[in-house]
Amino acid sequence: MGIEFRGITKKYPDGTVAVDDLNLTIEDGTITVLVGPSGCGKTTSLRMINRMVEPTSGSILLEGEDIRDSDAALLRRGIGYVIQHAGLFPHRTVLSNIATVPLLSGWDKNKAKKRAAELLEVVGLPAEVGKRYPAQLSGGQQQRVGVARALAADSPVLLMDEPFSAVDPVVREGLQDELLRLQSQLGKTIVFVTHDIDEAVRLGDRVAVLRVGGKLAQYGTPAEVLRQPVDDFVAGFVGKDRGYRGLSFLAADDVLVEDVPTVRVGSKPEGSDGWRLAVNDAGEPRGWLAPGSVVDGELVEGELLAGGSLYQQGTPIRGALDAALSSPASLGVVVDADGKAIGVVTARQVLDVIENHPEGVAR
Amino acid sequence: MIGEIIDWFTNSANWQGEDGVPTRVLQHLGYVLLSLVIATVIAVPIGLYVGHTGRGGVLLVGSGNVIRALPTLGLVTFLFLLFTDSDIAAIIGLVVLAIPPILAGTYAGLQAVDRSVVDAAEGMGMRGGQRLWQIEVPIALPIVLGGVRNAVLQLVATAAVAAYVGLGGLGRYLLDGLAILDYGEVAAGAILTALLAIVLDLVLATVQRALVPRGVRLAEAGAKKEVSA
Ligand SMILES: Nc1ncnc2c1ncn2[C@@H]1O[C@H](COP(=O)(O)OP(=O)(O)OP(=O)(O)O)[C@@H](O)[C@H]1O
Ligand SMILES: [Mg+2]
Repeated sequence: MGIEFRGITKKYPDGTVAVDDLNLTIEDGTITVLVGPSGCGKTTSLRMINRMVEPTSGSILLEGEDIRDSDAALLRRGIGYVIQHAGLFPHRTVLSNIATVPLLSGWDKNKAKKRAAELLEVVGLPAEVGKRYPAQLSGGQQQRVGVARALAADSPVLLMDEPFSAVDPVVREGLQDELLRLQSQLGKTIVFVTHDIDEAVRLGDRVAVLRVGGKLAQYGTPAEVLRQPVDDFVAGFVGKDRGYRGLSFLAADDVLVEDVPTVRVGSKPEGSDGWRLAVNDAGEPRGWLAPGSVVDGELVEGELLAGGSLYQQGTPIRGALDAALSSPASLGVVVDADGKAIGVVTARQVLDVIENHPEGVAR
Repeated sequence: MIGEIIDWFTNSANWQGEDGVPTRVLQHLGYVLLSLVIATVIAVPIGLYVGHTGRGGVLLVGSGNVIRALPTLGLVTFLFLLFTDSDIAAIIGLVVLAIPPILAGTYAGLQAVDRSVVDAAEGMGMRGGQRLWQIEVPIALPIVLGGVRNAVLQLVATAAVAAYVGLGGLGRYLLDGLAILDYGEVAAGAILTALLAIVLDLVLATVQRALVPRGVRLAEAGAKKEVSA
């Protein structure tokens, strides 16, 4: 059932047509990303789902029911809502912020606080943060609290309007991972707005590309949008790196992982004429020992060449290529889920795999 | 001059009876508090309505300016002629004077609440009243109370001038002193008026500290730090 836009048009009083005859079905349990340039009507479309904006014509069905048939405030309590600058209530502690909707819905205080404390953990924040005020949190922490507050509604639907755009790229990536992890546990119906195509393909099960004037340009899986853009606008919007980005959807199960000679940090390595991967006692890669290098006594980390990025087995092939290209030995280090080195791949091998999958493998 | 002032303050006659300092201070305080309460009861609800709904903001700012332009003394004199009662005339005049700063403070306070906070409150499913009382008012409180403090300062000063239509309070010392060219008394009246203003402002500052939520104060402090950094 999901969320269904039926012939939705929104014309603001000043004449701006923000959304133009939008027809879109958002499936249950998926992340659907609305993406497009600034002013293309993403926020307007999103806010029509919880009736923060009323459409000029058309109707929106939520689980088969026209949203206009329900009381707006009650409808909103049943839909999680996360916005760009979190919009946390500055005068309330983190816990009471999270407990907002449960309290509005008439839960008793203790139960609401308990639920809020659980959610703090769900979004990966330590318990002591609960007593703080929003002004005492970092931007990334505020966004997490915003997500926790939206989850407190315990609703199947979550609306997120550029929730991560105000934090720096490193934090953003962490938050995206976190969202994917949460989603794998919770299976919500998430509508996510962003103008960042990288974020869209990273998070979305499906991506809706909107063009200015509020028209839907393309709706499909990230792989489809990257590989077969329907027109120049979409092609231009997804950018010139789209081939490389497309690798994010190619599983790398058939890349051959080769053995590599290893040396243990702290041991006394013999001389050798090949590249050797240095690992610590836990088997985690620490760096490379160049061919022919001679070590006096015990190997210490300071003598190693810094390694490239690591490729975790089972993740998309983009990471394998990057690992190979960034390694001083031109050998990408493959690790298992615990971070232990299990072998290496070369860029050549990765490219062979890619060439055997010209159509790409949709995930 | 200094000697005259000291003489006046040390003369025990000036501390007793109907014209003594304690009586005059209490009278003055009474006018100020009464008109403050009436003005608050009128101005705060209007300011909350306009600030919350965003309707009538232009009208509000415009009429506030018009009222501010009224010469208070002229108004009080006019009201005195109308009612032939100095207390009623003065209180109405003072109320009219105190409304604009309170109205402006309340309205500006609500306007200053971060849009994304209001948006989140609405998006979480708060109804109008819940949003107003649970979110907007607590956050707006520092600015609202700032308006009240402004009003109090103006009231203390203007209540002194209103002695001119026969009102009691500290203004009597100014007027009576002038009539008999007793500059010690005039100065004493001015000093007492200023002291009263300072004390009231300190009291309100304390009230403000107690009422404004901790989180709002932290946010303000943070914002200041960012600006200075
Ligand atoms: N309340 C409003 N009144 C009038 N026009 C509006 C209003 N809100 C949005 N618009 C206009 O509608 C269009 C779509 O706005 P919207 O906020 O939905 O875009 P967006 O895709 O979210 O953009 P951004 O990426 O910049 O957030 C824009 O031209 C905008 O100026
Ligand atoms: Mg937007």
